Amino acid sequence: MTATSVPIAPGLFTWPADEPRLLGTRCGECTLMAFPAHDVCPRCGSAKVESATFDRNGTLWTFTTQQFIPKSPPYALVETDETFEPYAVGYVEFADQARIEGRIVDCALDDLRIGAEMETVVVPFMVDDQGREVVTYAFRPVA
Amino acid sequence: MGGQMDVAIIGIGIHPFGRFDDLSALDMGVTAARQALSDAGVAWGDVEFAVGGSLGSTQGTSAAPDAMVSRLGLTGVPFVNVSNGCATAGTALSMACTSIRAGVHDLGLVVGFDKHPRGAFDPDPALMGLGKWYGDTGMMLTTQFFAMKLQRYMHDFGISRDTLARIAAKAYRNAARNPNAWRRKPWSEDEILASRMLNEPLTQYMLCSPAEGGAAVVVCRADLARKFTEHPVFVKAVSMRTRKFGSFEVMAPWMPPERADGPAVQAAQACFEEAGIERGDVDVIQVQDSEPGAELMHLAECGFCADGEQEELVARGATEIHGPMPVNTDGGLIANGEPIGASGLRQIYEVCLQLRGEAGERQVAAPRVGFTQVYGAPGVSACTILTR
Repeated sequence: MTATSVPIAPGLFTWPADEPRLLGTRCGECTLMAFPAHDVCPRCGSAKVESATFDRNGTLWTFTTQQFIPKSPPYALVETDETFEPYAVGYVEFADQARIEGRIVDCALDDLRIGAEMETVVVPFMVDDQGREVVTYAFRPVA
Repeated sequence: MGGQMDVAIIGIGIHPFGRFDDLSALDMGVTAARQALSDAGVAWGDVEFAVGGSLGSTQGTSAAPDAMVSRLGLTGVPFVNVSNGCATAGTALSMACTSIRAGVHDLGLVVGFDKHPRGAFDPDPALMGLGKWYGDTGMMLTTQFFAMKLQRYMHDFGISRDTLARIAAKAYRNAARNPNAWRRKPWSEDEILASRMLNEPLTQYMLCSPAEGGAAVVVCRADLARKFTEHPVFVKAVSMRTRKFGSFEVMAPWMPPERADGPAVQAAQACFEEAGIERGDVDVIQVQDSEPGAELMHLAECGFCADGEQEELVARGATEIHGPMPVNTDGGLIANGEPIGASGLRQIYEVCLQLRGEAGERQVAAPRVGFTQVYGAPGVSACTILTR
């Protein structure tokens, strides 16, 4: 990743950051944290929401693997049987905050376990049509 | 619905499910509609209103259901198009029942059909109110949700992979006895487990595929039913619910810490309360089995067993055609595929056949009460309870 890397969407995660975290909002009425930022609290409907940052670490709540090529669009990458690498996705539970879905990196598919401690990272995902490296958030097991 | 007009199904029709390169979605809907009218012994001109369901009609893959008037006859009939996610067919039936119960109409047609492109569903995130990044990064897949809900359920309640394979094998066995089913070749449990892994723990032969098909029913005031048929089926209850905050739903980037039951729990509860019927009285059950985990989890969500009990129920064959609680007797979605607008009506078609004693090789012994349930995007479920 370089200084010219761009996030896949604004407002999803802190960037640039050595210890990246996911971004959202906290409700000023009912305290619910939502991901990503919401204009209105999805639980109580209050518009009194403020920016919030999730913990960096959580535990793996559930996961699966993606072993066939997703259709593109909506998938941004156009893959072939030769280029496609199966990947994992899962929900990480950030205690008392939220369960958030993301891709899982730096882990053999067979080694994933519910309950494993995971950390939030930002990883290169693709190169856009302007030649810029696009980065996204992901989760990886804590060594 | 005490005091209100009951509703009867007096005619049923189906177009086989599968892939039909030379037919449009509308063609299949028309075939099903004509068959239902013929089965009821009524002419199109007798139909006072129609409700048609198709998800593809809002996605550019099929005509709007009311386009079938140009094939059946432009009689001026009030015809309402319904597209309500995976509850499309259930919603269409629900609207028809409401019209009859309210005394607005006496006799109507409910039809559903679809023809989805091959391969996994690939909706545009924007259509579900999600950011483009969610699809860009490879998370906009319904099958990932099925797999992740199931992985957590297996972890929490001790469900084995063998149970998943047994449920899928049952679907193909039942479909082998159903001439309208798509995948009629029986697969062994070993073959199912050994087929290609698609989304852990779901293999290729476990996951249902988007498909094509149509189904239809003719409904009328229950007190008029015997004028048309000797074997009416009564709609004792029909319900539809959407997700509550905190339930685990398809294509959700996040969930709050708090948990809520899924919409199938609410829809089934409302349905049984309305019908005044107990779970134990149900003789034949059709639930949404997008894959074996959906079948076993929906059985618990609809109140037919406790969480985790499925392991033992399936092992002893309780959900087989000749077991005490036959489930997905026509092969379900696993063997019929998923044309969304038709799926819920396929389940109702099957229950009607069973209650009429016309299910042939897959007939359940003398059923009196049947139950159907669908679930899907964006977190909706619809149920019916049907009786002889």
